[in-house]
Amino acid sequence: MNLLVGALSMGLLLSLLALGVFVAFRILGTYDLTADGAFGVGAVVAAALLARGFDPTTATLVAGLAGAAAGAVTGTLHTRLKVDILLAGILVTTALYSLDLFLMQGGDIPLSGTRALPGTAEKLWLAAGLPVGGLELFGTRVSARNLATLIALIPAAGVPVLLLDRFFRTSLGLALRATGDNRTMARAVGIDVDAMFVLGLVAANGMVGLSGALFAQYQSFANIQMSFGNLVTGLGCVILGDALSRGRGLGRRITGVVLGTILFRLLVAAAITAGVAPNALKLLTALFVLAVLVVPDLVRSRWRARPAEGAQHG
Amino acid sequence: MAEQPELELRDLRHTFNEGTVNEVRALRGVSLSMEPGAFVVVLGFNGSGKSSLLNAVAGTLIPAHGEVLVHGEDVTRWPEHRRAGLVGRVFQDPLRGTAPRLTIAENLALATQRGRRWPDLRRALSRSRREVIAERVGELGMGLEDRLDTPIGALSGGQRQAITLLMATLVSPRILLLDEHTAALDPKSAEMVLGLTEDVVRKLKLTTLMVTHSMAQAVRLGDRVLMMHRGKVVRDYRGSRKRRLRAEELLDHFNELRNEDLLDESAAGMLERMYL
Repeated sequence: MNLLVGALSMGLLLSLLALGVFVAFRILGTYDLTADGAFGVGAVVAAALLARGFDPTTATLVAGLAGAAAGAVTGTLHTRLKVDILLAGILVTTALYSLDLFLMQGGDIPLSGTRALPGTAEKLWLAAGLPVGGLELFGTRVSARNLATLIALIPAAGVPVLLLDRFFRTSLGLALRATGDNRTMARAVGIDVDAMFVLGLVAANGMVGLSGALFAQYQSFANIQMSFGNLVTGLGCVILGDALSRGRGLGRRITGVVLGTILFRLLVAAAITAGVAPNALKLLTALFVLAVLVVPDLVRSRWRARPAEGAQHG
Repeated sequence: MAEQPELELRDLRHTFNEGTVNEVRALRGVSLSMEPGAFVVVLGFNGSGKSSLLNAVAGTLIPAHGEVLVHGEDVTRWPEHRRAGLVGRVFQDPLRGTAPRLTIAENLALATQRGRRWPDLRRALSRSRREVIAERVGELGMGLEDRLDTPIGALSGGQRQAITLLMATLVSPRILLLDEHTAALDPKSAEMVLGLTEDVVRKLKLTTLMVTHSMAQAVRLGDRVLMMHRGKVVRDYRGSRKRRLRAEELLDHFNELRNEDLLDESAAGMLERMYL
């Protein structure tokens, strides 16, 4: 049960990472690699602020702004200076690595004793008069801290998700989606596609930064390792989300990504329970994403190679 | 004083890949003045420069030399998206004019924004806007008003082209550009889209510049026909001359041009054999 609560919490906070990747890769249709750097800088900025006594809301929001700024730089490098989008993302991520180290002043930032989310949530739980020892759920005891964190993460992740959904239905959001869907058409109706591209990366990496901030608080520390592998994790979640929503309707697709991320974390929890070494998780995630990307094409091209065997049916 | 021309092109010149073996002199001094409500059809082979001419008006091509004026304003260097408030376009490829994953209503909602500088944070599909969209889609007579929430990607080429035409004219543009917009459609859809084009141009008195290689369309539509060849306007039929124009006559002119080209090519071939 503790594993389940943990998977749900991680799924919620990482769904913002996944949605950031979703916005860049699926809505904007671009290969933005800034996510790794934006996640790391979000984690470090939030931790640095919390360590200086800021409240978790401010720390998390500023971390989101840091991620958004990273996206703005990548977008501007690409649209104004014509730097290839892959290289622009790598440049920004690499530069952020130094910024992170500078903010961490050489070591990890521990968050125990700060007002980071789990501690604050637990205080609120106790203040509300809820049981100090947590609750008994399906025969296992879940600590007050873990339950309170899960409950606090619902609005922390849910509000940005709802705002994103609302934003995509405004005329600005629609212009952004059109830019990703058909640039020729977007220009022809008067949309400044370069501005929309930058805005899209700002929104995407802003959410990734928020996710990094929540992740650091959940783990109760920030370190430089948090800058690695997030993009592939996000992609894995997006792919699961696509499979769940079958690509129908924007609202459904966004919900699908959130559920896909939770499913992803449940799979991770199941893998760890089954004895898979945590060190192998990134390798497995990468292999999973690779398989989903190439297997359908391989299958299809095999069908096409032998049209006599009923390719019409495929 | 004469009325202000709605569209004026002054000595447009443009060369692609200048100074290389692939050099193409797409525009070699094209000038054109269109009165408000004029309908000009530009005819030409592939590579005659007719598409470059259209692109110079749309803003996809910034000509190396010359000016583009819309209603007296020099827009030569305006980026494409800024011109969208003045210019409506329908493309040859029916897939280019609409965003496939957005719904019919969403595509049209974008077209209602045409001419504004920056989209805002208000709801794109307010109830009143949706009603306007449903009404205008209904006027197409294709039953699409009941499918406003269908992604456009699910529609046929003809339906998408009809929607693109509606999008280009939903907010009346100063100039309507039609880029061989029926060439990629089956005959029935082409006829339907052509009929819609005639209706909307007449109803809104649009100043229209259409590029085609269909001589039948050139004869049927518009009040002036320009024939382009190798980056220049080589024939200009207008007024009663245009009204008397027959497809056979255009075909004869085309064959003349083609024969000249063949002669040039065979001469080039001869020189090549002699000297290489």
